Amino acid sequence: MDKMIYMDNSATTPVKKEVLQEMLPYFSEFYGNPSSVYQLSSKSKLAIDKARGQVAKGIGAKKNEIYFTGGGSESDNWAIKGIAYKHKEKGNHIITTKIEHHAVLHTCEYLQKQGFEVTYLDVDQYGMVNLQELEKAIKDNTILISIMFANNEIGTVQPIKEIGEIARKHKVLFHTDAVQAVGSIEIDVNEMNIDLLSMSAHKLYGPKGVGALYIRQGTRIDPLIAGGAQERNKRAGTENIAGIVGTGKAVELAYEHLEENNKRLVSLRERLIRGIQDKIPHVRLNGHPEKRLPGNVNFCFQFIEGEALLLSLDMVGVAGSSGSACTSGSLDPSHVLLSIGLPHEIAHGSLRLSLGLSNTEEEVDYVVEQLEGIVERLRKMSPLYDKVQGGNINVFRKSNGALHSAT
Amino acid sequence: MYSEKVMEHFTQPRNVGEIENADGVGEVGNAKCGDIMRMYLKIDGDVITDVKFKTFGCGSAIASSSMATELIKGKTVKEAMELTNKAVADALDGLPPVKMHCSVLAEQAIKSALVDYSKKSGVKIEGLEDVDFDDEHLHDLPEDEEE
Repeated sequence: MDKMIYMDNSATTPVKKEVLQEMLPYFSEFYGNPSSVYQLSSKSKLAIDKARGQVAKGIGAKKNEIYFTGGGSESDNWAIKGIAYKHKEKGNHIITTKIEHHAVLHTCEYLQKQGFEVTYLDVDQYGMVNLQELEKAIKDNTILISIMFANNEIGTVQPIKEIGEIARKHKVLFHTDAVQAVGSIEIDVNEMNIDLLSMSAHKLYGPKGVGALYIRQGTRIDPLIAGGAQERNKRAGTENIAGIVGTGKAVELAYEHLEENNKRLVSLRERLIRGIQDKIPHVRLNGHPEKRLPGNVNFCFQFIEGEALLLSLDMVGVAGSSGSACTSGSLDPSHVLLSIGLPHEIAHGSLRLSLGLSNTEEEVDYVVEQLEGIVERLRKMSPLYDKVQGGNINVFRKSNGALHSAT
Repeated sequence: MYSEKVMEHFTQPRNVGEIENADGVGEVGNAKCGDIMRMYLKIDGDVITDVKFKTFGCGSAIASSSMATELIKGKTVKEAMELTNKAVADALDGLPPVKMHCSVLAEQAIKSALVDYSKKSGVKIEGLEDVDFDDEHLHDLPEDEEE
């Protein structure tokens, strides 16, 4: 295959043609600052208003509950810091999980240095939060629960509605980082009792550097960025009009075609999972077998290291990602893989293939075929593998079952 | 990210495998950190006549192992003792800063195999007693003072 096979759609997606078409006039034609009074600026104002409606409709919110931001990380920062600072008289305790995106984890760590108290909930072997543990963690001074909708690495989807119910019952605000979920999963912020929701446009075929934070009407929150009256005094800075237009269109398209897209993605996902499990021994599917993002596939390949796997895949035109330390720039492999109980040496051998709308069955089959050879080649080089062949190491099952001891 | 030389040694590594009845075998690194290197040496007189390796690790760990074996094959024990991690990295046209520890592992794997050879054969190798095998396996990470 000559063309690149892109299976890193959880990292980012290409901007859809229809989305780009909607955006283009707002660069050089309708460039007016929406805060101005003349006619040109009203074009910009109307465009933002339309996009706000599109995003709101996608998640079952009201238009005036959508605030555009500079992306998912900003939305996470704003939600958590904004609630923490505004409600610090009421309490200083925040509950989150060990498998959040760093935009949430690092924000919580920062708040800890400011005197806030943070509980990081454990997850089970599939990456699921335990609802009883969550309820037990709530204290009189708890002001916020922040739990991601779906995990970016292993794809596990949390019981958001149940978490929302618990939060509501205890009168604690509930924020969810839904960067991976918006456009992939049906969301209704009212039915799910979500008070704040972060999203990003570039994960759903929209542009980079733009996203939104949903804030339930009546929720008191401090702004993160000061300096202007934009976004109803809550988020200063001249609006990224083209980006906002693209965000609205991307959300609209994603939910218009949600069912058909997901049917296709799930079928590709299952084909890829089965292919890997059938062809390659000593592998483990990470994440929940059913409650997972439609396009997410995450495996550990024992006895080899993830970066070597990625480089080899890249040589045959396949783009994926890994939670190995060597790709994260730190000593430890992915915090998510460690949190689901994987030993370091197995977490180093992880591979995430996130499928998108452009992927085909042929591509999936090609990737499985290439992987089989690559894994075999790397294992032949691995000093850990010959111990296995000598029968010295117990290896884990091929299924999703519990891990056997690896050493 | 990697030089062409690194990629070439990663995709077509030299001297992969094992040597039966090797005169010296050494293993360094640990699986927890994500890299293990094992070196096998065949030594005739004071010349390294054959060398093989097995490595669990990233692209640069595999390339460093491959390059290190090439650099000492056919050389004397004394010359092998003089091989530095920098020489391995230079021969690969450089490694990214966070990957320099891979070349350190390669240097140590050779020395570890020489220790084994020295023990088995009773041949004393000058300089070997000074080698500090870094079990903690310090990765050379750039530090962020702000954290």
